[in-house]
Amino acid sequence: MQHSKNDLWVGLFVLLGGAALVFLALQSANLLSLNFRSGYVVTARFDNIGGLKPKAAVRSAGVVVGRVQAITFDDKTFQARVALELDKRYLFPKDSSLKILTSGLLGDQYIGIEAGADEHNLAEGDTVTATQSAVVLENLIGQFLYGKAEESAAGAGGKK
Amino acid sequence: MSWWRPSHLGYAVRSKLADIGMGARLFARLVALFGPAMRRFGLVRDQVHFLGNYSLSIITMSGLFVGFVLALQGYNVLQLYGSANSLGLVVTLGLVRELGPVITALLFAGRAGTSLTAEIGLMRAGEQLSAMEMMAVDPVRRILAPRFWGGVIAMPLLALVFNAVGVIGGWLVGVVLIGVDAGAFWGQMQGGVDVFKDVGNGIVKSLAFGVAVTFIAVLQGYVAKPTPEGVSRATTRTVVMASLTVLGLDFVLTALMFSI
Repeated sequence: MQHSKNDLWVGLFVLLGGAALVFLALQSANLLSLNFRSGYVVTARFDNIGGLKPKAAVRSAGVVVGRVQAITFDDKTFQARVALELDKRYLFPKDSSLKILTSGLLGDQYIGIEAGADEHNLAEGDTVTATQSAVVLENLIGQFLYGKAEESAAGAGGKK
Repeated sequence: MSWWRPSHLGYAVRSKLADIGMGARLFARLVALFGPAMRRFGLVRDQVHFLGNYSLSIITMSGLFVGFVLALQGYNVLQLYGSANSLGLVVTLGLVRELGPVITALLFAGRAGTSLTAEIGLMRAGEQLSAMEMMAVDPVRRILAPRFWGGVIAMPLLALVFNAVGVIGGWLVGVVLIGVDAGAFWGQMQGGVDVFKDVGNGIVKSLAFGVAVTFIAVLQGYVAKPTPEGVSRATTRTVVMASLTVLGLDFVLTALMFSI
């Protein structure tokens, strides 16, 4: 098949488009580090997950060690069941505790994992029991107001 | 002119409906001609060269400056809330999801769509299309289909180049000029941009825009009145209709893709 001089330029153009796609995929979206598919899944139950979303990060000491895989509702215990996929490079003791935290004031919610002291490590299919729910602002304000009211009532009673 | 007379109104509605039907028929033929067009790839290649390569300069320059402006504006607002670190994320999401496909499609309509319409319209005016029909050469297959598919191939590639150059432009202004932390710029971007949901949907969008813009350009040229005035009107209609279609289509596609 004979080549025309356009072949070269069209080839370059297509290559440029491909390079742009690779740049966007690797540099902007970080395709490579996202899919550490070789992980193990553990589940945890939370009373309240707040604004946690699937794909949210699981961090230990600030380092991303996994992602939230799925969030479902358990209608037996009326709790949220969260499946976490942890990178298999990192192992955590069986009695590690989970906490739902917020990054910054307006940031996303993520799960913080704090290592326990057990000799055995978490493995595929395990359930983490030590969990702490997300802080719900309304409950916090409610508690604060309740405490204030009690305080002032006690103060008024003391003066009489 | 008394267009409100029932007979005139009926005629106007009927001829518009017939236009729509004719356009739909041509579109179906062009889609069906994908295989034959690819078999004579030389024709499509020449169109990709003409529509894509020659649009590259305007696309890269626009992408660069759009990236610059996004970074400047984004920084001004974000630093009010002390979150200038997410500048990279804001610039990239804005580009990849919306501005990249849309601005590329608008520029493509102006740069490549008009030339398509004028070329085909002048072929019509010069009775070249009729001459081809006389020789039993199908103008839709020989002229329209390679141009249509060439445009559909070129458009997503141009949008990708626009996005990549725009991100680099944002980096130049945000990191090099203003001094946002480079690690945070790329890190926040990589944390928030999804390959399939953001980049992939952007490509789907630009593909849809490529189909819409190229089809409108080809159709307007094909149905242009064979006079100098008719060709000039067809060229104007290409830009107006393609731009409006792109913007309307963008709303629908965004609602479909990012609503949940």
